[in-house]
Amino acid sequence: MNAIIFSAILGVVMMFTGIFTDKKPVITLTAIISLIVLLTVNLLNSYGLFSIQIDTKDLLHFNKLGLFFNTLMIAATLIFVLLSGSEIEKISNKTADFYALIFFVLCGTAILTSYNGMLMLFLGIEILSIPLYILTGADKHNLKSNEASLKYFLMGSFTTGIMLMGIALLYGATGTFGMASVGTGALPPSSGVQGPAFLQVAGLLLLFAAMCFKVSAAPFHFWTPDVYDGAPSVFTSFMATIVKAAGFFAFIKLFASNSSLLGPTWNILLSFVIVATLLAGNITAVFQRSIKRMLAYSSIAQVGFMLFALYSNNDLGTEGILLYTVAYSLATIGFFAILMKVKDYTFDGFNGLGTTQPVLAFVATICLLSLAGIPLTAGFFAKYYMLASVVKAGGPLWMVIVAVLFAAVSAYYYFKVIQAMYFKEGQPETSEITGGFKFGLLLVAAAIVLVGVLPSIVLNCFYF
Amino acid sequence: MITLLLILTPLVAGLIAFLLKQGNSAKTFALLASIATLAIALVAVFTPGEIGYDAAWLNNLGSRITLKADGMAKMLSLLTAVSFPLIFTAVYNNEYKNAASFYGLMLLSQAGLMGVFLASDALLFYFFWELALIPVYFLCSIWGGEKRIAVTFKFFVYTFIGSLLMLIGLLFMYFNTADQSFSLQSFYAVKLSAQQETIMFWLFFIAFAIKMPIFPFHTWQPDAYEQSPTATTMVMSGIMVKMGVFAVIRWILPMFPNAAAQSANLVIILSIIGMIYASLIAIRQDDIKRMIAYSSIAHIGLMSAAMFTNNQTAMDGVMIQMFSHGVNVIGLWIIADLIEKQLGTRNMSQLGGLAQKAPVMAILLVIMALANVALPLTNAFIGEFLMFNGLFQYNMVMAAIAGISIILAAVYTLNMVQRVIYGALNVITEKATDIPLNVKLALVIITLLVLVFGVFPQPLLNLTGDSVSALFVKK
Repeated sequence: MNAIIFSAILGVVMMFTGIFTDKKPVITLTAIISLIVLLTVNLLNSYGLFSIQIDTKDLLHFNKLGLFFNTLMIAATLIFVLLSGSEIEKISNKTADFYALIFFVLCGTAILTSYNGMLMLFLGIEILSIPLYILTGADKHNLKSNEASLKYFLMGSFTTGIMLMGIALLYGATGTFGMASVGTGALPPSSGVQGPAFLQVAGLLLLFAAMCFKVSAAPFHFWTPDVYDGAPSVFTSFMATIVKAAGFFAFIKLFASNSSLLGPTWNILLSFVIVATLLAGNITAVFQRSIKRMLAYSSIAQVGFMLFALYSNNDLGTEGILLYTVAYSLATIGFFAILMKVKDYTFDGFNGLGTTQPVLAFVATICLLSLAGIPLTAGFFAKYYMLASVVKAGGPLWMVIVAVLFAAVSAYYYFKVIQAMYFKEGQPETSEITGGFKFGLLLVAAAIVLVGVLPSIVLNCFYF
Repeated sequence: MITLLLILTPLVAGLIAFLLKQGNSAKTFALLASIATLAIALVAVFTPGEIGYDAAWLNNLGSRITLKADGMAKMLSLLTAVSFPLIFTAVYNNEYKNAASFYGLMLLSQAGLMGVFLASDALLFYFFWELALIPVYFLCSIWGGEKRIAVTFKFFVYTFIGSLLMLIGLLFMYFNTADQSFSLQSFYAVKLSAQQETIMFWLFFIAFAIKMPIFPFHTWQPDAYEQSPTATTMVMSGIMVKMGVFAVIRWILPMFPNAAAQSANLVIILSIIGMIYASLIAIRQDDIKRMIAYSSIAHIGLMSAAMFTNNQTAMDGVMIQMFSHGVNVIGLWIIADLIEKQLGTRNMSQLGGLAQKAPVMAILLVIMALANVALPLTNAFIGEFLMFNGLFQYNMVMAAIAGISIILAAVYTLNMVQRVIYGALNVITEKATDIPLNVKLALVIITLLVLVFGVFPQPLLNLTGDSVSALFVKK
């Protein structure tokens, strides 16, 4: 509960900061302090030292996993602000408002990790999404940003409609918004209907489609490249990591218990979505010229891997999704922070970065290796756990083979950046880079390698 | 502890080398570090019995840092440890831009190679397998020839796909172990159905076949060898290809004996096709480096055929040949590099008459060439003889066809000798001078190894004897 309440309050605090001061660094500092406060209260909650109790009529249910996930999300946001806070300041004068919106997103995240009913799921998704529509359009004098925002808003609201329809059908079938009732509360035997009711299945399928849209799984991924490309890079970084992970968490939470309702169809459906997502994300990413767009597609590809956790639905999958979140967020936030410093977003724009900016290039390489899943980086264990969970669950071996082949494809486009940085000549233009920024980047790289050698660090925090 | 030092010394030295500012100091430092590693390796070789190291790593995954050095591992770590000082000595006069990074990466790849040979835990093995690949990828791409980026990327993607397939295999085996562990012993103990065994066999084998490389997975190799800086090519063809051979013997043969026996015919036929095919192409090559690359495919083909004959003599031959081929091919590369650095070309058609200008080099080249042909008294003869012996017992027709490659090897190698050192001098070869001291030193050491083990191979056979007999007792 702490995280929900405090993130909402701190969001409001951030809005007022904008009234009292115009100095952007001060605002950023306030945001950082607020994030630390938020992190602390959530940690206190996780270890049961201090928590605000409110009777939510069982609409929210807090467990260790959810709270730990909150911690990860808040920590990722903190790293994000520390590295890219100066970029947020550059977008416009509304810095304080942007930070406020980020806090509201975190509030949505906290609801999504603890919801215990369709109603709260819906609220969480909306609280998460609406600030994002605004952040996408933050660069209001840029047509692309506007277009992206409008596109995101229209498609997002449409999906919300579908989701509500699904929830309504489920409500009709079971007479409640509760989570548990979805799977069990079938029609009374007297009705003569065998197995799950039609309404339930239809409702679940609609929810499935809506959640696929939120995490940008194929075939509902078409909005992603345009929105990620159009949004200011700094917010793309935020959307691609924290927001996506939160959506994912909600997705898994929703279907972990209810997928059995769909029977064997569920596995077929999900393997179709997984393979389609891997295919669409990886193959399209290969052909991109802009690195930012390539990252947008590659984030779709990564979703394909994360969906394995949903497929396997076991302990290893849960641990895997935590590791994946950590690995993917660190690498993406780190890489985007570097990308924003480079003027030209095409692959050629990175030519020769290894010579002109060795530290940036080095950290970018670590991030990319991690995204590609090379051993000794966090990304390896993320992918490892995903594959392991499916093999453990007795999933089809062909799907695992397809996935690793696509992982090899992904190495192609990630390595293209490394090639540009180290093996090609050029004088890339970069904006001013401070020592502190480099230091922060090196810390991120160190964290990636550390988790890559000892993944138990993250998992021990979880099990404590 | 010795085994751990074998990995840690190059690893730490590699990381330190990155930080050295001056190229020269990095060069000297790398040479000293590699000599230190060699000393440790010698201690390991002369320590009798199996030595090992064990420490906790990923408890909840069932993976530990377990290193074990039996005879085969000792022999290959010795090969790795011997090769690096030789390479560093031979290229001592070469100038590399960013020399510190160059030597750092070289040492890191040495650490990876050592780890592959010593790891006795599947996940650890996988880590080192990749750790050996990544530095080599950077070495080739930064310091390589004109077409380096595309070529080394092809090499990378090939081996990366192989590794990932192996990873699936590892995972599958892991979940079938009795105690949920990645240790080699648990993997050996896994019982699979015939069909599962066949699938697993191929998942592992493709990874190793790409690394060796065996026809038809060899297409990355000639280009990569040609484009890489020669020092790296030496590592790749001298040691890295042995990773594949080693991995088959260490992992595949004991884990999937039935599937290996079943697929033996297919693998041997592929290997023999590769031998003949590569030899024929080698005859047509004008570029010395490409010729050596194809000749290397042919040699590896014989090793891979011999491994699958399930014959103890052949396996002894493979062991000897892994060492011999590693040393000999490095010798050939050193001379190729020397010629290229001096004369600016590697094309045999542009060379000739070097015997007049550089007599010492000519003698050494002839010795290397004869070792490449596997003439008696050279170390390669022992290995090839034992392997052909085993192959002959397995199937006479196959041995006969494979035997053709011996003749072909003589054709392309002697042809190269003839075109490079005999004939008239021309405008290019006029400039040649005899070989510098450091290169001479490296080549003389190699010559000694060639001759000593050619006459007296028993120490090597004794060293690897325990690994070979363990392999055959198990069945």
